[in-house]
Amino acid sequence: MTASVLFDTSGPRARARARVGNIVSALAVLAGLCWVAYVLYTKGQFAPSLWQNAVSAEAWQFYYLPGLQNTLRSALFATVGAVVFGIVFGVGRLSQIRAVRWFSGVIVEFFRAVPVLLMMIFFYMFFSAQAQWIADRPFAAVVVALVLYNGSVIAELVRAGVGNLPKGQGEAGLSIGLTPGQTLRSVQLPQALVAMLPAMVSQLVVVLKDSALGQIILYPELLRSAQILSSKEQNPLQALVVVAIVFIVINWLLTVLAHRLARLLSSRTAGATIEGTGIGNPAAVAGGPIGGGPGPGSGIGGG
Amino acid sequence: MDDLLAGFAELFAQYDVLAAFWVNIQLTFWAAILSLVLGTVLALMRISPIASLQWAGTAYVTIFRNTPLTIILTFTYLVVFAQLGIALSDDLNATFFWYAVIGLAVYHAAFVCEAIRSGVNTVPVGQAEAARAIGLSFLPAASMVILPQAFRGAIAPLGNTLIALLKNSTVAVAASVANETSSLMRTMIEFRPDLMVAIFLLFAIGYVILVIPIGLTTTWLSTKLAVKR
Repeated sequence: MTASVLFDTSGPRARARARVGNIVSALAVLAGLCWVAYVLYTKGQFAPSLWQNAVSAEAWQFYYLPGLQNTLRSALFATVGAVVFGIVFGVGRLSQIRAVRWFSGVIVEFFRAVPVLLMMIFFYMFFSAQAQWIADRPFAAVVVALVLYNGSVIAELVRAGVGNLPKGQGEAGLSIGLTPGQTLRSVQLPQALVAMLPAMVSQLVVVLKDSALGQIILYPELLRSAQILSSKEQNPLQALVVVAIVFIVINWLLTVLAHRLARLLSSRTAGATIEGTGIGNPAAVAGGPIGGGPGPGSGIGGG
Repeated sequence: MDDLLAGFAELFAQYDVLAAFWVNIQLTFWAAILSLVLGTVLALMRISPIASLQWAGTAYVTIFRNTPLTIILTFTYLVVFAQLGIALSDDLNATFFWYAVIGLAVYHAAFVCEAIRSGVNTVPVGQAEAARAIGLSFLPAASMVILPQAFRGAIAPLGNTLIALLKNSTVAVAASVANETSSLMRTMIEFRPDLMVAIFLLFAIGYVILVIPIGLTTTWLSTKLAVKR
């Protein structure tokens, strides 16, 4: 796709040159990897026992799987909460009432700008001091922080999804006698939610990755369990590689799913489907980070 | 109210909040430069016509985009420093700082690469065809027609990556950088638990103040420089 912009279809000479370049750069990449392997070898990192202890049945049974379960549990709760939060405040930003719009805007912009880790540490210390009735305080802190941040991103997605719809959708709703609120609920939102579904799946990748921050407040998620394992077996490199591979496989599958969904659903909405970038706010692709997006209610048109 | 002010006066006398933010800004600055260089190289690899470079670039992006930043930064401390014993300097704090910069850069380079690539993707094929039609060969077409438009299209996603990088610089605590904002906030809350909410708001608003100008500037730049189509 990009190749067609920059490069012409190559002739025999260019193909021959590309073949040489291909071999040379493949060797360069291989040499780099070999160098890393050599350094690791001289440091004794390929000792079989280190790797065996990192992938043994006991490691999975007592460390990785319970950790993965906690990671997935926090991600699941956070996702459900973030979707609810996002729809409530996303619709709030499109409200007809100025005060509601303003309040939702402040909440969303605030929680998008504050680092998730600061929120996690704060809620952990806050719950420990003020809400000791919560049995699993690290879990609660991880979930609350993830809900506030990702919910704000989803709220922006809702707004961008409505803003990306053709103006005629809102106008058609108004012209058949629906109120602006009814138009939003029964015409624009359903299409906007379909358009943003791929981006929400991509946001799941962000939730999963950020849930690993829980190790800093000692939530026993996957990364933390790998650290505990590695302090027992003295194999942090091996344990962290195993955990990274688990994360990469799950997140890669989710990315592929988001890509498929974007194609599949593009016929089901009048707007374009949005895919996330896996970092920051995907809505900015359509709208712009702060205040650059479609103004509140602009999708509803002149009315 | 007076209690709150007195408490804050005491906290400010005891702890240097601005110095902590300065650490995060420095982490962000160096990691931004490093990730911009690395990300541009990766983007060039991915859009080059050479299959093995494309493959290597894609592999890099897939691996580091899907790995939690916390793992990468924990890796720099626990594995590269502690297990392999590779120190960057005699000063421990400097070693941790630069490992955090490298970890942040390695992670965000994947997103810089994708931002630049998405910029290239905003250029319609017709532009390349027009460049060829007026007789420009590859290098002039790339440098005068396609890349200038591509960079303009990449400003908004690059700005988002920079904002994410600034916020993610707090994760440097996982690489044992002890004097940045998240650890200072924790220390201050431990010192004055009664002012917990105020301390959190202080740090949170600090980030809002840092993030919003970046967002406004990149939005302004990307609309000002946008190619009208």
